[in-house]
Amino acid sequence: MKREIPVRNVARAALITVLGFLIAILGNLLIPQVAELTVETYKWGPFLFNLNSFYRLVLGLIIVFYLIAGARALKRPELRPEYVKQKWFRFAMGLVLLVYDLAGTKLRITPQPFFPGPAEVLKTFLDDGPYLMQNTLFSLRLFGVGFGIGILLGLTTGVLIGWFPKVYYWVYPIVRITGVIPAVAWMPFALTLFPNAFSSAVFLMAICSWFPIASQTAFGIQTTEKSQFEAARTLGAKNSFLVFHVAIPHAMPQIFNGIQSACGNSFTFLVIAEMMGQPGGLGYYINISKIWAIYGQVFAAILVMALLFSVIIAVLNQIKAYVLRWQKGRFV
Amino acid sequence: MSQPIIEIKQVSRIYVDEDRSSDDSSSVLALKDINLEVEEGEFLSIIGPSGCGKTTLLRLIGGLDKPQAGELTMAGEKITGPDPKRGYVFQQGSLFPWLTVEKNIAAGLKARGVFRQSRDRVPEFIRLVGLDGFESAYPHQISGGMAQRVAIARALINDPQILLLDEPMGALDSFTRADIQDKLLEIHRKDHKTMILVTHDVDEAIYLSDRIVIMTPRPGKIHEIVSVNLPADRDRTSSDFLEMRKEIMRRFSKANAEADKVDMAAYI
Repeated sequence: MKREIPVRNVARAALITVLGFLIAILGNLLIPQVAELTVETYKWGPFLFNLNSFYRLVLGLIIVFYLIAGARALKRPELRPEYVKQKWFRFAMGLVLLVYDLAGTKLRITPQPFFPGPAEVLKTFLDDGPYLMQNTLFSLRLFGVGFGIGILLGLTTGVLIGWFPKVYYWVYPIVRITGVIPAVAWMPFALTLFPNAFSSAVFLMAICSWFPIASQTAFGIQTTEKSQFEAARTLGAKNSFLVFHVAIPHAMPQIFNGIQSACGNSFTFLVIAEMMGQPGGLGYYINISKIWAIYGQVFAAILVMALLFSVIIAVLNQIKAYVLRWQKGRFV
Repeated sequence: MSQPIIEIKQVSRIYVDEDRSSDDSSSVLALKDINLEVEEGEFLSIIGPSGCGKTTLLRLIGGLDKPQAGELTMAGEKITGPDPKRGYVFQQGSLFPWLTVEKNIAAGLKARGVFRQSRDRVPEFIRLVGLDGFESAYPHQISGGMAQRVAIARALINDPQILLLDEPMGALDSFTRADIQDKLLEIHRKDHKTMILVTHDVDEAIYLSDRIVIMTPRPGKIHEIVSVNLPADRDRTSSDFLEMRKEIMRRFSKANAEADKVDMAAYI
């Protein structure tokens, strides 16, 4: 058993973290605006914001976030090593933001208009928040439908291929051949075959998810030990029990491997499809912002993407950890 | 004497190595002309060196394999496949790793689709094998001995008429082994369940059985059947026990000597 990290070290890590972001806040507050910049005031409910105060508010929220993480680490000692280890990285983030703020907004020495400062990126949420939100929801819906259909198709074909030798014989070669084709190659086909842009994007995401999930599921089912089927049969199991209560649970680790790589593929295709011809979505938003040369919005959309995809991956990991809690080396 | 619960008549089984099926020498006569009757309520052990076909015979009784020749019946009915009437405990690793102890034991009820009506049986069988407090542990978290007790409870929850045991204690240390042997005896005496145990441990066979079937390899066949005429509560260190042990070992070496004389080619 490893020695527990003392409270003192956790407090020190929290202090270093807060210090980094505090430096960024103070820098924004104290360093005067050198380059020319029009600062508008926004009204948000009873509050008034300009780009700098909003940026400082966000930095403040980051500080609060890390303090909450620190408080959790105090309660749960198993979270402490990670929290303490990351302290200098978080400190450096604050410093990088300070330099970025200085170069991008205060002095404007970064190539303009391509690299606006952090406050200008965040200004997008004040300027264009509702529309960005709308596009985020569009992306989320498209992703949900495409990835969801891909999972359903992948699981169904995977189970059929894995369970029935005849299906394996006739269908598996097709899965193998279509699986190695990068899904981009289907693009012209998808655009002509499907009635609208949405369904063709769904098709692309479904097909790029289908292959890894189907092949991993089939593999998981085929590698089920004969002894487990025999044990079930001596208990009186029929074929449906063997499939749903023996083979599929056995294949769960592989199924999740498949779903995780399919998830990555789907992100790629989501953005590609949106950039190529969707009436909305984060990819679309990046495209139109680029056309209007509002690069702050491009970065804001990228930021939203990073957060959204991280959350989806984290949720997927949580589900996986729960479903596979029976595996060796995992703790209940 | 009543009708035997299991009747085995002239059973032979050949294993064919599927990778080399064109080659005649790749098929092995695993069992030859087996005849055996098992009485209701008796504890029968099948012993013999590895390769004598004792597990093959048990798999045939369990319905997991089919014989090429001969017939196996249970209570007059032909054995055509696995049936919950014949509980089966495997060597090891047959628990479902994704299910907790409790759910593994309940799997027998679920497999037969009677879980809803008889879920109350689960705690009873957890108690029977002494696993109270481990209901929600996963198989990788418990010891090998506990895992085998789960396997026994899982087979028993379906209330089988016979319990088939394929070296269930083969991989366990001698203390755990003795512990499970006593557990089996306790269950056997409580409801006079017929039990057939495959083992390579002579002491275990004498300690548990009413009769011992001695098998010899190449080809696997029954050499003889020995009745164990010892009192119900057996002492492994008593002189009768040791005498019995000596006797069986003597018959074993005689059987092996005879088997070695036989030309293998004559059977293949």
